[in-house]
Amino acid sequence: MNSSIQITGQAQSDLSKGQVSPFWQITPFNCVFILFFIVPLLLILMVSFWDFNEYEILPDFTFKNYLSIFDGCLNTQEMCVTLKTYLSTFKFCFTVWLSTLLIGFTLAYYLAFHIQSVAVQTALFAICTIPFWTSNVIRMISWIPLLGRNGLVNKALVESGLAQAPVEWLLFSNFSVILAFIHLYTMFMIVPIFNSMMRIDKNLIEAASDSGASKWQTIWNVILPLSKTGIIIGSIFIITIVMGDFVTVGVMGGQQIASIGKIIQVETSYLQFPLAAANAVILLSIVLMMIWALTRMVDIRKEL
Amino acid sequence: MFIIFLLSFQGPEGGLTFPMNGVSTHWFEKLVQGMGTVDIAAALERSAYLGFWVTLITVVFSVLAGLAFRKNLKGANIIFYTAVASLIMPSIIVSLGIGLEFRLLDNAIKWILAAMNMTETLESYGTSLGLYTSALGAHLSWTLPFGLLVMFAVFNRFNPAYEEAARDLRATPWQTFRYVVLPLISSSVIGVGMFGFTLSWDEIARTSQAIGDVNTLPLELQGLTTTVTDPSIYALGTATSAISLAVMACAMLVAKWFNKKQFKATS
Repeated sequence: MNSSIQITGQAQSDLSKGQVSPFWQITPFNCVFILFFIVPLLLILMVSFWDFNEYEILPDFTFKNYLSIFDGCLNTQEMCVTLKTYLSTFKFCFTVWLSTLLIGFTLAYYLAFHIQSVAVQTALFAICTIPFWTSNVIRMISWIPLLGRNGLVNKALVESGLAQAPVEWLLFSNFSVILAFIHLYTMFMIVPIFNSMMRIDKNLIEAASDSGASKWQTIWNVILPLSKTGIIIGSIFIITIVMGDFVTVGVMGGQQIASIGKIIQVETSYLQFPLAAANAVILLSIVLMMIWALTRMVDIRKEL
Repeated sequence: MFIIFLLSFQGPEGGLTFPMNGVSTHWFEKLVQGMGTVDIAAALERSAYLGFWVTLITVVFSVLAGLAFRKNLKGANIIFYTAVASLIMPSIIVSLGIGLEFRLLDNAIKWILAAMNMTETLESYGTSLGLYTSALGAHLSWTLPFGLLVMFAVFNRFNPAYEEAARDLRATPWQTFRYVVLPLISSSVIGVGMFGFTLSWDEIARTSQAIGDVNTLPLELQGLTTTVTDPSIYALGTATSAISLAVMACAMLVAKWFNKKQFKATS
């Protein structure tokens, strides 16, 4: 087990005199993750069973928080708030996942196979990362002058006669949220797919075309299966980002659209920590199940 | 993106959208004067200091971890998967957890202080949530996995013959690291630092529940999107992007300088 993750490239020598043991080298790293990752997660699990009143949380063991989240969900007439929110988050997740996958795959394919010179490849890759260099919020608000009521898109639509009046659904709507998601996070799809594609032996593609495969057949039967790992890794990134997001949905949805992340954020602002923790536990288990299902399809360790 | 840069130079009469009413630095001046109740300069300063410390710690810890992973490290798998899990965990959950952790710590400290009858200290005690405690930790849980992945990529391509040569020449492990390994990986180490700074500079989701009373710049910015409706927010966006880009440019220059030095040394 150990050797699979270990970085290769150094002869396994005994710890000679004066060499620092790996245990001490990794300790600061471990401390950070224990203090700021593992303990917080355990505390969430613990507090999700606690009780609370208006101003403090009380140690207890109760399922009250979980029950109140699913309050009314057995009603068949109308969906309860929690299920509705999850449904809308799933919808966002699926749309964004599909769009980023298509865009990411196309871009990565173009970069990996159509650009011959390495210099151009690097330059284009760097261009792809430019949006990554500035703040998310900035990138989001830059859509406002484009999509707003008096924005450029609406102006163009009205002036060209395609629309009678400015279109309303462009900004602070599901559309703008999805657009912002795609704009912000396609990068997370491109990088792993590109990485997988660069490992594909070019001879395989030649062999495919020699055997009379059309371009689409090559993509479908050769490139797609071989870049599966990259696609899965990208998908995991996109899914976890979209499922837990509250900033993008908040800003681009004009604080009107619900998402699970937003519910948790609102609950903590009212100091209802146990309730927020219970929501977090549910969200976490759903995300983990999705990741587990995805990793069934691929061995991530091989990628590194 | 470029729209923002353009619109921030909007004339004083201009609104949030096109057409531009003249070109001026009016909104930048207004930004410097301060925007209502929000103290932008202070938030900027906090973000910069926090970014600096996050960068420094990320670089040191990731290099150390990278070195450790090359040796026979016990539990390497668990550590690696924990780091990856931290990377893909929805930020709001991590943030909530860290917030809870420090709030519970507060309760514990207050309880101890009360039990020890130290009422004065108890009254003056605020909270342990803060920029350099919980927020720093939240940022590190986000930047360190990136740092580790970069170190993996670096050391996977690292030729151990250099180290062996150094060892044969009776260099101590420290000398080997300082004069052989570090110069060879220097540009990647700077890359880790760049990652650390930019990720910390823009971070919202993880900081949101773990910051306490004060705010970092991106959090202020997010708050402003709902309240401010004049181009000063674009001016602010331009300013923060400029700072981020300036830091990147500096880092790249330093990396280039290192490379040159290395080239000179080898030729």
